[in-house]
Amino acid sequence: MRPIKLMGHERSLTQVKYNREGDLIFSVAKDSTASIWYSSNGERLGTLEGHKGTLWSIDVDSETKFCATGSADLSIKLWTVENGICVYTWAAPTPVRRVSFSPDNKKLLSVTDQVMGQLGTILIYAVNYDGDYSNQKAEPILTIPTRPDSSKVTVAEFSQDGKYIIAGHEKGEISKYDASTGEYIQSVQAHGIHNEEQTVSVTDIQLAPEDGSYFITSSKDKCAVLIDLESFEILKVYKADAPMNTAAITPLKDYVILGGGQEARNVTTTSENQGKFEARFYHKIFEEDIGRVKGHFGPLNTIAVHPDGSGYTSGGEDGFIRVHTFDNSYTEFYYDVERTERAIAAGTT
Amino acid sequence: MSEQELLAEVERDLNIDDIDFSDLEEQYAVEKNFGLENYVVVDGAPVAPESKAPVLEKVLRKLFSKVAQVVEGDDGIYMPVEGGKTKGYLFVQFKNGEQAEAAIKNFNGKKLDANHKLYLNKLSDIGKYTTQVNDEFVEPEIADFKSHGYLKSWLQDEQGRDQMAMHFSETVGVFWNKKKNEPEAAIEPRKGFTSKYAKFSPRGTYLFSIHPQGIQCWGGEDFHSIHKFVHNQVRLVDFSPNEKYMVTLSPLPIEIPDSPEELARCPFGPESKGHKLVIWDLTTGEPARTFALPPHLEGQKEMPWPLVKWSYDDKYCARQGPDALAIYETPSFQLLDKQLVKIEGIVDFDWAPSGVHLNGSKGESEYVLSYWTPESSNQTARVALMHIPSKKVLRTVNLFQVSDCKMHWQDEGRFMCVKVDRHSKSGKTLFTNLEFFKVTEKDIPVEKLELKDVAINFAWEPKSERFITISNLDNGNTNPAIPRNAINFYAPETTTKNNIVTTKYKLFAEFTDKHSNTILWAPKGRFVVVATITKSNGEIEFFDCNYEDDKTTKKGGKNDTNVKLLRTEKYPGMTNMSWDPSGRFLAAWSSNWMHSIDNGYRLFEFTGNMLREEPIDQFKEFIWRPRPASLLSSADKKTVRKNIKEYSAQFDENDAMEADAATREAILNRKRKLEEWRAYRAHFANKNTKENNVEAEVIEEIKEVIIEEKVEAVEQ
Repeated sequence: MRPIKLMGHERSLTQVKYNREGDLIFSVAKDSTASIWYSSNGERLGTLEGHKGTLWSIDVDSETKFCATGSADLSIKLWTVENGICVYTWAAPTPVRRVSFSPDNKKLLSVTDQVMGQLGTILIYAVNYDGDYSNQKAEPILTIPTRPDSSKVTVAEFSQDGKYIIAGHEKGEISKYDASTGEYIQSVQAHGIHNEEQTVSVTDIQLAPEDGSYFITSSKDKCAVLIDLESFEILKVYKADAPMNTAAITPLKDYVILGGGQEARNVTTTSENQGKFEARFYHKIFEEDIGRVKGHFGPLNTIAVHPDGSGYTSGGEDGFIRVHTFDNSYTEFYYDVERTERAIAAGTT
Repeated sequence: MSEQELLAEVERDLNIDDIDFSDLEEQYAVEKNFGLENYVVVDGAPVAPESKAPVLEKVLRKLFSKVAQVVEGDDGIYMPVEGGKTKGYLFVQFKNGEQAEAAIKNFNGKKLDANHKLYLNKLSDIGKYTTQVNDEFVEPEIADFKSHGYLKSWLQDEQGRDQMAMHFSETVGVFWNKKKNEPEAAIEPRKGFTSKYAKFSPRGTYLFSIHPQGIQCWGGEDFHSIHKFVHNQVRLVDFSPNEKYMVTLSPLPIEIPDSPEELARCPFGPESKGHKLVIWDLTTGEPARTFALPPHLEGQKEMPWPLVKWSYDDKYCARQGPDALAIYETPSFQLLDKQLVKIEGIVDFDWAPSGVHLNGSKGESEYVLSYWTPESSNQTARVALMHIPSKKVLRTVNLFQVSDCKMHWQDEGRFMCVKVDRHSKSGKTLFTNLEFFKVTEKDIPVEKLELKDVAINFAWEPKSERFITISNLDNGNTNPAIPRNAINFYAPETTTKNNIVTTKYKLFAEFTDKHSNTILWAPKGRFVVVATITKSNGEIEFFDCNYEDDKTTKKGGKNDTNVKLLRTEKYPGMTNMSWDPSGRFLAAWSSNWMHSIDNGYRLFEFTGNMLREEPIDQFKEFIWRPRPASLLSSADKKTVRKNIKEYSAQFDENDAMEADAATREAILNRKRKLEEWRAYRAHFANKNTKENNVEAEVIEEIKEVIIEEKVEAVEQ
């Protein structure tokens, strides 16, 4: 598996995303420029310039018409993918840690940081998608502040049907809100319970590619957890040996990919083989470590899987994006029990 | 009228009762206890015939006069005599109360001779305490005997497995070693078990945990609490080799509480006030003796430990002070011959780790200790062997230009090697001499081995005459990345010349250009690991020192000098290593106490084959449970060795069954998980796949419709 190495950012990557078709990769880093790339050959389609601070998050709508970026410069910008023009800028009260489109592209979710005396908050903006898109409503249509009995929100996503918002918190809990009313529904302590780690903040949420009925969360507590959306029960726990910054579920195969590594501030004191700067593949069902992909020489900050399951992209603290296409061994690998199951299925049909 | 008549007249006139004498009475009032504090009751003196009484009196008078003045003459000592014999006690009057106190302090509890121990008490105390004693005998309450079960139950394991304690985060668990498989918990791992570290006693009977209040001792099959040793803020713990005694040290001096209730709970007597070092009797849980910290160790950041060193059978223990060695006898913990052994400038000492069969001692085991003193202005450095209890110096070696000495006893007490780091006259270059004391031979000959470089490490093979050194070649290049250490294997070589048999140590194998710094022999010898333990590049090398190959079989099976490097394993984060008591497994671990990189442990076979790797967050320590010495006689061992094939076949089968069981377990587990997952997904399959399809179509439709609408809107 020889990756395409994209060297377009000057600082650590913060998020990478595929569009729905998987032909484009969107990336943001701590420098203030977002990039869009062709996933097939790694050629850069263009850059989105205009922010004045670290970019924490990027998302693209399901039709690849717009993309949104959230930045530490207290703004969210909406861009047209076609020509890379910034069509609108929302002002946020604090740095924006996460942006995400709703499945129907009508809403944009953002997570603002808990600094400068403000509470960490999920803000939902209406997106004027079809009309005059340079004319957007500046005020959020819904504000979900951090509940008093909870800790600061770190990441959030819409559920696939758009009914819920799932949020991850600093103290490892995952909570569910009604996306239309902002009403709190339930929460589960997903992290910080599998070991005795002290830092347990949730670092990523990604939905199951098949139907979004479950999702994976990663955390600094060195674990990733699979949770059912409706019941909010913990289905699986994947244990790693370093803080995890990102986790993704693969289509096609029953795997999950975790990324992370030694904390960035400790990196200079440890050598590459001790830093655990690898993408880790676990079997989704058996929770077993099945393989690792080396390459980055800093912790992995973000991983995205190609929607058709043919590869994945990782962005690291080292400032590089690595676009991987899976080898045959990836698709051909089956556990003994899976093989038996397939044999039975083949025999009966 | 004469004066006398006048006086008589006055007396007649006066009524004495009328005179107020109170002022005089006050002035000459006699205290109730007047003079009593000068008296001391001495008990435990010999019972002697009346004729010998004056001699005895003279002896005692002379003895007490060493520290206090006894009143002259018969008033000084009163020794009651009954039926022609003294009664074993006497009364002594001292010049004053302070002197009486001094005598009590110096002689109470001291031995007069082998059979008589003197007890001195103030006469006033006798009155004070005897009046409070109830005349009626009250049966003291004896607590019911509480069994702790069989404390060595772990040795009865059918598969002969070893136990180990693992300390991670705040938890300590005791596990059975299951080789490749996950260790089986012998007890439920306990959270917050110890505030510092856990430790097994040297024969594995007890497990100890350390707490701010003191030390807790655990044992038995379920590791229940056996004793509590109250020692506030205790830091360091050590044990005598036979588990009879425990030594603890706390930076806080012992305080004796004032209130009687607390005093009853405090295990220490008033004489322990301000002491920091305590020797405990492990069977009773009571302190046996306490010591103050020697003044030169007060406030030291790094404490030499152990402060108390024991002879091989716990009979003696010794402490080193400035210019002296204090040797105590157990169980009384009195100084041997009541005096210190003066050794000018003593730097370090060591007991022979086992009984020494000195030449001419008729096969009896003797106690020997070694010590060394550095060079001073008019004296050479010296290494000496001393016989205990005679304190006779058996052998001394004079050394020049000594930077440092390290004494290494061979574990059977047959040899003692002194690693002498010497410097050239200019003091610029260092090199090492090895001086071998052949302790069991006549007159204790000393063989000298001069090395060209500095030996940074030395280790005897257990129960053998072979040893390994790691030497450091100082070629002026200070780049730490260039390996400059050499591992050297030595064995004695016997040569016969003119019927005189001489043995000399000879280098028989050498491995150069290494970073290695640690030698760890397997407890049964033959196998040894030489490792590099540094911050970043850990490496373990496994050696077989009796390697059997075609070459050695040709030579007739003699392979004492055939070393083979079996395997090299890299372990970057490694901080510690330890052999299991049987010498079959080596545990290496990365401890959270040193750094937080790759914390966890790895378990190796003695051949270097890695059996198990388990990363555990905040892993701190891997502690093998020691085993007591084998009860098998050497004949029994021989039989076992002869039939080793039959024994091993039985274990092979066990191993195979276990391995299979583990694999089967794993497969079944996966099968179960897969079924569960399919069931979970089936739950969604009906509705969601449908929805999904519909959704996808809807999106396409909406897209078209919207575009059309938009176009229409423009047209309107």
